[in-house]
Amino acid sequence: MESATVRFAGDSGDGMQITGGQFTLTTALAGNDLATFPDFPAEIRAPAGTTYGVSAFQINFGARRIKTAGDHLDVLVATNPAALKVNLADVKSAGLVIVDTGQFNDKNLRKAHYDSNPLEDDTLAPYRVLKIDITQLTQDAVETVGVTKKEAVRSKNMWALGLVYWLFGRERAPTIAWLKRKFASKPEVLEANIAALNAGHAFGETSELQHEVAQIDVGPAAIPPGLYRAITGAEALAWGLVAGCEKAALRMVFCSYPITPASSLLHSLAALKSLNILTFQAEDEIAAACAAIGASYAGDMGITSSSGPGVALKTEALGLAIATELPLIVVNSQRAGPSTGMPTKTEQSDLYQAVYGRNADSPLVVLAARAPGDCFDVAVEAVRLATKYMTPVMLLTDGYIANASEPWLIPDLDAIASFPVKRRQDPEGYQPFARNPQTLARDWAVPGTPGLMHRIGGIERDSTSGNISYDPDNHQRMTDLRAAKIEGIANDIPLQEVDQGDLGADLVLVGWGSTYGPISRAVTTMLAEGYNVAHVHLRHIWPLPANLGDILNTYKKILIPEMNHGQLVTLLRDRYLVDAESLAQVNGKPFRVSDLEAAVRARISRKPGLEKKL
Amino acid sequence: MSGPDGIAALQPKDYATDQEVRWCPGCGDYAILKAVQRTLADLAADPAKTVFVSGIGCAARFPYYIATYGFHTIHGRAPAVATGVKLANPELDVWVVMGDGDALSIGGNHLMHCLRRNLDLNMLLFNNEIYGLTKGQYSPTSRAGLRTPSTPMGSIDQPLSAGLFALGVGARFFARGVDTQQKRLPEIFKRAHTHRGASLVEILQNCIVYNDGVFAGITERDVAEDRQVHVQHGEPLIFGKDQDRGLRLNPSTLSLEVVNLGDAGITEADVLRHDEKNRVLATLLAAMEPPTLPVALGVLYCDPTSSYDQSVHTQLDAAKGQAPAGGLQEVMRAGHTWTVEA
Repeated sequence: MESATVRFAGDSGDGMQITGGQFTLTTALAGNDLATFPDFPAEIRAPAGTTYGVSAFQINFGARRIKTAGDHLDVLVATNPAALKVNLADVKSAGLVIVDTGQFNDKNLRKAHYDSNPLEDDTLAPYRVLKIDITQLTQDAVETVGVTKKEAVRSKNMWALGLVYWLFGRERAPTIAWLKRKFASKPEVLEANIAALNAGHAFGETSELQHEVAQIDVGPAAIPPGLYRAITGAEALAWGLVAGCEKAALRMVFCSYPITPASSLLHSLAALKSLNILTFQAEDEIAAACAAIGASYAGDMGITSSSGPGVALKTEALGLAIATELPLIVVNSQRAGPSTGMPTKTEQSDLYQAVYGRNADSPLVVLAARAPGDCFDVAVEAVRLATKYMTPVMLLTDGYIANASEPWLIPDLDAIASFPVKRRQDPEGYQPFARNPQTLARDWAVPGTPGLMHRIGGIERDSTSGNISYDPDNHQRMTDLRAAKIEGIANDIPLQEVDQGDLGADLVLVGWGSTYGPISRAVTTMLAEGYNVAHVHLRHIWPLPANLGDILNTYKKILIPEMNHGQLVTLLRDRYLVDAESLAQVNGKPFRVSDLEAAVRARISRKPGLEKKL
Repeated sequence: MSGPDGIAALQPKDYATDQEVRWCPGCGDYAILKAVQRTLADLAADPAKTVFVSGIGCAARFPYYIATYGFHTIHGRAPAVATGVKLANPELDVWVVMGDGDALSIGGNHLMHCLRRNLDLNMLLFNNEIYGLTKGQYSPTSRAGLRTPSTPMGSIDQPLSAGLFALGVGARFFARGVDTQQKRLPEIFKRAHTHRGASLVEILQNCIVYNDGVFAGITERDVAEDRQVHVQHGEPLIFGKDQDRGLRLNPSTLSLEVVNLGDAGITEADVLRHDEKNRVLATLLAAMEPPTLPVALGVLYCDPTSSYDQSVHTQLDAAKGQAPAGGLQEVMRAGHTWTVEA
């Protein structure tokens, strides 16, 4: 098989995220490329057995490059009726469904709102089904270990994992090693988990399942050589910000207020104090932004992080950073909105907020990460632009990227160019708002420096001295300068490249952020089928790359798939007067590759003979 | 004479900028500005290591008139911006200037958390019991019944006491002064400066345009001595023109009462002595209001403990001692990794 998609689904307390994480690690060690998608409920402890308490972890892995967590499932492991009910529709026709019959009792069926037992009616007819009493078999397997019944049942996720390891011919050793570390202080629990894992695997080997289910072989993928690890977007972002600050020779002061799904960045950075990362959990979103601005004013790299509703609260402070021209990074881990919306579900609907969402003419830099590993590179770029141009930078990621993981070629930090920040030291001729003629950035003069005492603030400033000025010409000049400074950054960012396909193709799919994976996979497939289609993916949202207009003008049709109601469409139509069409999806989920392929088919015709090899 | 870093001693005028001061003629802010410049001179403060951070309001123009580093920020957020400044560089001497609306209404949350965290900031609250810059609406410290453009029938809000708020949220330093008391004010500011941790000084400040004379009942020459008690640590709480009135605790009501020395055998021994480390006493003093009780001025409460910025950097230094030799590169290579062969 070239690739396979597996989803582990169960109750919140069933350990599905751990099971998925272990399967991911083992799969990476087997040399597959992969992408994952954890999907967990918003409730901290949803009542057991309910459909809204279902927690799932999906992994797509293959012998080819993997770009998404997969559309449809080859294998679904459902450890209770609710998990089956919520996830069954995503299973491919003739896909494999593994259920724990031990949990299909009247009570659980009722909680999942099943009128009749789906294992006994024709609900599962389109699929291949393995009905196994995993609960009982786990208890039997750990009987001799001496754990309580409750503890015994808790290790049933390892039993299921053992069975899936058998199915894909995976090694158990890495998981056993992990269990030994995790349960070092609880030898009985450790023994129970290992026994369950081995029992599940043995069940696959010995129970003559081969008559019903063949083992699946997914070979290693051709991926660039080097040292790899699995990484989530939150980790990559944290490390990228650290790397960026090191390249700028600045200490990071990270100020944040907890909010889903952005908190994991605060956790990741708080754990890196040893690298001289100062983290501050503020009393609210506003204080977090203001403290970051204060830190930048005092000469550190101030960074704040939130999700859309929190960024809304920071907006006035962003205006202050724009007005006083201080470096600042604002990370927005976007979630489904508006208002509280669906905090644990993904969306990319804060593009308007990032580009336009402030009072007055207040331009800043907007960047977007496309995948977990890409967060690292975008974070380094954010520090570079914020410090070189003395400007706030909004870095957009989303709940999907933050939590999803993928294999990551660990970068060599020495190979990343440094951009050490020069702070003003010389009092001779110092003027707080005098500008570098190339970048239009003012000097960074930090309190504590002798001879550079000056006053800045949100009131309009004289374009040289920085003193309060209500002069009409000065305000015009300063507004123009603030816009020109940000627009000029277009000359200091890479030219836009076409990700796949040719210039002048019949149709281009233009994307930004986490739609990268599905668009890329869909375009690859469509090119192979002979559609003259291309893919352009933006990292720099504001300013846009200098050549983007020229590129867009070559295409006959422009389609913009976005997990919002058409925000990039507005931006590109406004900027380039192009007839861009929106493909909007706001259901809290990433695009399906198949939906994007259908969108291409609906707009252009196949050109036989043009098939490009995958 | 030279300052701590060997710089030549500066006079109060050396802390003034070349900017024209634009408060209304007769505004109490002029007097506070003068007292602060006197304080900085007395402290031989290094202008390069001194930062004034303000919010929005009449008082918030303050940094433009002080020849140190200055940051005029946004409404209510001065304590939050100052937090970032102090965390980034604890060596800086950071002053925060706020008005009553700034500090206690829109910025109440930040002030509360700054005080309880005990960040080493010198915070000056200019309390004129009115919104001046927006032309005279009632503020969170305005007295009930005050008629303003937004309360034509009189304010029905109950006013907030800055002192009770501060002590209630865990402040370790609270003092109160009056704008025109040019001898006393610098002494209070110096105490606030010396205090390691968050120090809040409430300054009763007259707004000559929108709330003129609001403190006249305390500050007019003929009533001042009978309506003000200047508290000194360890000294008896005695006041009055003839220094013949004192404050005594009424144990049955757990409240303060005024006694006349000499009446019915009452002596100085019956009068409470000020203990600035006693939060309960400070709370009783902060709550005193004329006409039944005098207003307490001076350092009502000062009980230092470790400051937040100190603790943050102690943790950071301890963590840095555990830094992996290979830095971030080593962190990224730790844990589960695998090699893909060429």
